[in-house]
Amino acid sequence: MTIAATRPAGGAGDVPSVVFLFLRRMRAPLIVLIASYAIAVLGLTLIPGMDADGNPWRMSFFHAFYFISYTATTIGFGEIPYPFNDAQRLWVTVSIYLTVIAWFYAIGRIFALFQDPAFQRVLATATFSRRVRAIAEPFYIVCGYGETGSLLVQALDHDGVRTVVLDIDAERIHEADLADLQSSVPALAVDASLPHSLVLAGVRRGHCAGVVAVTNSDAANLAIAIATKVLNARVPVVARSESREIAANMASFGTDFIIDPFERFGAYLGVALSSPSLYLLREWLTAVPGTALAEPIDPPKGDWVLAGFGRFGRAVGENIAKAGDRVLVIETDPEGAGLPQAVRGSGAEAHTLEAAGVRSAVGIVAGTPSDVNNLSVVMTARELNPDLFVVMRKNRIANGILFDRLRPDIVMQPSRIIARTAFGILTAPLLHRFFALARDRDQTWANELVARVAAITHEAVPDTWTLHVDRHSASAALEWAAAEALRVEHLHIDPADRTNRLPVIPLLLARSTEELLLPADSTPVRPGDRILFCGPREATRRQIYSVNNPNVMQYIVTGEVPSSAVWRWFARRGTKPAARAG
Amino acid sequence: MNLEKVIFGFFIILAMTLNFGFFIGDLTDPQQHDVTELFAAIVVNLIASVLKFGDRTQVGAIHLAASLVADLQLIAAAILWAIAVHGAGAGLTAATTASIVSLAGGAFLANVVSVILLIIETAMLRR
Repeated sequence: MTIAATRPAGGAGDVPSVVFLFLRRMRAPLIVLIASYAIAVLGLTLIPGMDADGNPWRMSFFHAFYFISYTATTIGFGEIPYPFNDAQRLWVTVSIYLTVIAWFYAIGRIFALFQDPAFQRVLATATFSRRVRAIAEPFYIVCGYGETGSLLVQALDHDGVRTVVLDIDAERIHEADLADLQSSVPALAVDASLPHSLVLAGVRRGHCAGVVAVTNSDAANLAIAIATKVLNARVPVVARSESREIAANMASFGTDFIIDPFERFGAYLGVALSSPSLYLLREWLTAVPGTALAEPIDPPKGDWVLAGFGRFGRAVGENIAKAGDRVLVIETDPEGAGLPQAVRGSGAEAHTLEAAGVRSAVGIVAGTPSDVNNLSVVMTARELNPDLFVVMRKNRIANGILFDRLRPDIVMQPSRIIARTAFGILTAPLLHRFFALARDRDQTWANELVARVAAITHEAVPDTWTLHVDRHSASAALEWAAAEALRVEHLHIDPADRTNRLPVIPLLLARSTEELLLPADSTPVRPGDRILFCGPREATRRQIYSVNNPNVMQYIVTGEVPSSAVWRWFARRGTKPAARAG
Repeated sequence: MNLEKVIFGFFIILAMTLNFGFFIGDLTDPQQHDVTELFAAIVVNLIASVLKFGDRTQVGAIHLAASLVADLQLIAAAILWAIAVHGAGAGLTAATTASIVSLAGGAFLANVVSVILLIIETAMLRR
């Protein structure tokens, strides 16, 4: 990389050094201080005095420096070693004003320097850069700490993943500094679309695991994606984009994942209408583990009223139409939206809703960019037709309490969708692949899987995890895989009793050559395979225990108990957590 | 002509000349080394060091380093003098005088390095 070669070593590049800046600004006060001391000390040694016996005596440099040191700092021990005469007192008076003023000047300059916004910025940058360099584990750079960025950082932090935050707004950076997070999150108020900011945030460091561009501006996200790909092509980029042109541009230079919240929600809704079970599965597998499972939804077939035909409305409308239902649009500017046959209005007035046919419709989508408007649309529509299936767009998290009161069937919140998608891509790439493959399966397939997932979970969202058959995470299983004796079923046999199964479901088996959706029990497992499982957290721990324990693995695969005494001890250890959980 | 350069050069050269003035003379004879000159050398050296603060160039860094060496040696000489005259009460013996003056001699060398650097810098600017 030529860029790396032309920069000085140390990585920090153009960061002005705090120490040098401080010294440069302190030059004048320090010289004033040294000069005032020198004048005062020299004067004292030159003026003749008298000792206790009345003999002529001159102050030595040592005594003079001692006297000035305590006088200038206003400590004042008195006239030592001998009382002064008037000439000396006159000079001391001058010295006091000289040195004390010099001190005030120096201290005043130090305070002024620390108040100086330029100096504070340099200080913040230096601290940030130091904290980034101190991260010795994989970390993600999150550009933009709005609703999306803060949700994503929280989720990653909850999973123990380190993050670095950049945002152009200093207020948001204060929020990041004050946020209640487990690990330290370096945050800097800087324009993330400038390449230098990304370098500061550590994009060229080996530990950088990815860059997430979720600022409010598509143009900035594009700039971040390009800069990242140029600075370090190895680092995956997840970028938010709300326009198709910018998304196409991002894809052209290899942005790894582009998230358009409206397109994505439109696709979700399409899935919800055509295959409610698959929609439910996604809700279950992407929610926070341990929380209550979402209720199944049952979207009706028939006409839908769609209020607001912007980016969101368009994506939703397309997907409803794809599912085979009719869409009746209400839009304030039908010509501008390219849909002249739409009913003109905001959708909040009863007459526009009636004109669109809300009384005979089965569902309503409130998709305008204004939360107040969406609330009004839904309340009015429900008065006209209380049985409507309600889909609402929530633009601001702060309005959540109002949306909860209305109990819509589906809520779409752009920031949450982006955060959840980015989180899934970063932490569970296989889950992302799983849904991509599952989209092609039919409703029956999804129904069966939902029933299986429901059977192994106890009303709580299951964990999903990836088992990588390698030396680090499954050493014992790897040996059997290398011997071509390992099958998928071995990975979910109860380590305590070979006839029992752990309550886990293998969702996807991925290897370099193929991807197997819901691999059968008899599927052979090869070294290097990655298998996506879902199940309760307890089962995760027991699986990790058995795939790393050679004795347990031998028992699971062959049924032989290796050495009785040791084995019994292992077996007891293996069953203990189960007994506690039971 | 640049006033800042004049002041900078003035203090660096003055630091060296004062230092030399104190250093020159019989190594062990306290009569030939005036403590006032040592004081002046310390003050001027400190000011020269402060003037060199904040220059991030390579030459600037060596300038500052040479100056800090001179400061350190001169202050060590002054402390030795204070201990000999006021602390131990033994006065300036030939041995202590030799120690003080040789410390000042080391500082003088550092100051010579500073002046050489100053000349090199100036010569390079002329080219």
